[in-house]
Amino acid sequence: MKIIVCVKQVPDTETRIRINPEGNGIVDQDVNWVVSPYDEFAIEEALRIKEAKGGEVVLVSLGPDRAQTALRNGLAMGADSAVHLKDAAFDAADTMGVAKALAAAIKGIGGADLVLTGQQGVGGDHSQVPGLLAGLLDLPQVTMAIKIELGEGKATVTREIEGASEVWETALPAVISAQKGLNEPRYASLKGIMAAKKKAIDVKDAAALGLAAADLAPLTTVASLELPPARPAVRMIDGDPETQARELLRLLHEEAKVI
Amino acid sequence: MKSIVTFAEQRDGKLRRPSLEAVSEARRVADAMGGAQVEAVVIGAGSGALAAELGHYGADVVHVFDAAELAHYATEVWARALGQVIGEVKPAAVLIPFTAMGKDLAPRVAAATGAGLVSDCSALAVKDGKLEARRAVYSGKAFATVRWSGEPQMATLRANVFSLATPDSSRATKTVARTVDAASRAKVTAVNAAAGGKLELTEAQTIVSGGRGMKGPEHFHLVEDLAAAFGAAVGASRAIVDAGWVDHHIQVGQTGKTVSPNLYIACGISGAIQHLAGMSSSRIIVAINKDGDAPIFKVANYGILGDAFEVMPKLTEAAKAYFAAKG
Ligand SMILES: Cc1cc2nc3c(=O)[nH]c(=O)nc-3n(C[C@H](O)[C@H](O)[C@H](O)COP(=O)(O)OP(=O)(O)OC[C@H]3O[C@@H](n4cnc5c(N)ncnc54)[C@H](O)[C@@H]3O)c2cc1C
Repeated sequence: MKIIVCVKQVPDTETRIRINPEGNGIVDQDVNWVVSPYDEFAIEEALRIKEAKGGEVVLVSLGPDRAQTALRNGLAMGADSAVHLKDAAFDAADTMGVAKALAAAIKGIGGADLVLTGQQGVGGDHSQVPGLLAGLLDLPQVTMAIKIELGEGKATVTREIEGASEVWETALPAVISAQKGLNEPRYASLKGIMAAKKKAIDVKDAAALGLAAADLAPLTTVASLELPPARPAVRMIDGDPETQARELLRLLHEEAKVI
Repeated sequence: MKSIVTFAEQRDGKLRRPSLEAVSEARRVADAMGGAQVEAVVIGAGSGALAAELGHYGADVVHVFDAAELAHYATEVWARALGQVIGEVKPAAVLIPFTAMGKDLAPRVAAATGAGLVSDCSALAVKDGKLEARRAVYSGKAFATVRWSGEPQMATLRANVFSLATPDSSRATKTVARTVDAASRAKVTAVNAAAGGKLELTEAQTIVSGGRGMKGPEHFHLVEDLAAAFGAAVGASRAIVDAGWVDHHIQVGQTGKTVSPNLYIACGISGAIQHLAGMSSSRIIVAINKDGDAPIFKVANYGILGDAFEVMPKLTEAAKAYFAAKG
């Protein structure tokens, strides 16, 4: 069983965001970069499948030099090898450009029995790459998985929807994206961290993936990035609990007009 | 003639509210583009019956894929159907609700049609005949204004943010019956409703959420009682989901649901950035917390500094009385 996991390095959600002078992105410095939490679920699931059924787990990440730290994290958890997609040409790529590069990389390593991703990359939160990837690779997809059971050439996947869960049966190979609830990701052991240092990371640029500038031309661009509008200062409600309760209801009705 | 295609999600023969919001927004965008046509797409067994309602909310044309084999959502089939309409109509824009289904479907359609896709938009504007979208990024710590370089301009819309049009039952709609190949490599084999058929968080107008300040699962009924009094959905912080007091499907935040109700009442929740990421676009936020420095008060409109165990029962009582009097 060959499993490819797509991994994105993202700012830690605690990180303070500073907007760049161009006003269309964030300042990269001083940001604490981590593996997107949903991708950790994907890596964990891949490792569990490997432990149960045998096989190999290959990580793929697109990003600048620092993305190697994310790949090392995944290798330390137990993945076997990694591919790092790195090219200045990727800087302006949108979700489609990223998906094209990932799809090309997956094809380049001979495809997989299963492609796992997080259901969204924290920060941008587009939730697009799994579906774009499945579409570009012409594979079936099941997104937001909270349970995956592998059978012979197929998988049974439980997926969360509004007020219910769906059970899907998909042929393999397929792209499956991970939602919280799928598993509890492990921490890398010291032994794992040491072993990761010796594992190979294969670096590929756009040309190696067979991608030209036109393939990466963004279909969408961020024109500007702004801080959110300030919310009005909180109005504290005084008095004993009973008075507070009545006063809150009055304000919700008369002032906020939400009840 | 320019047109806007909108995907109307239906389940069990009913249009979901986010679909009606998307049709309403499509109408506004079409009008702002100087009278473009709104073409809705509805897919599923029995969906033909929904065309008239889509018309009432602003659709000029409704493309209906109504066949017995379309009983369950299947990504590949739905993408094929929507792609068929997009290929023929060549719309200026495609609007899809950012629901579990829309989230799954939109990228697949984007991959097939080569459309640029902007996810989870919280506002759309028309500038010089083109769309411009606004969306939250970095846990709501920033907002991006995004533009498309070509057409169709495809966007998914956050639920509960775009207002519903006032339905006009005198509006006539043209219905186009269509067919699609229903073959799919991934299929739904069962749908299991969440316990109790509880109100769906992402579509609720009011949400009452509880956090670690509730001290233990045995006290969580205080949150449920308050929610019941308001007719609200119940939410939770991750701390108590991870502690196993409540199920993950009610978690609000970065790794849970993103919600935008009219009213969000946070009880014993500190307001960590990852929680705020899921609820800071709520219209009115109320915080009940015993710590005056809790960050939740920075985003709250109304704050009650106090012991949730004393305040919540009183608020439940007062709310019951208020709604009973209101009738
Ligand atoms: C990658 C990542 C993703 C995350 N995703 C999410 C997410 O999706 N959603 C989420 O919620 N969190 C998320 N978190 C966790 C988040 O950082 C916080 O740990 C969590 O939100 C805290 O939950 P809480 O407010 O219930 O608990 P606490 O932070 O412990 O706050 C409890 C609050 O209750 C108050 N309190 C205590 N007793 C009383 C009382 N008697 N009356 C009134 N108030 C009282 C306290 O003053 C305190 O403010 C994430 C964290 C990480 C690292």
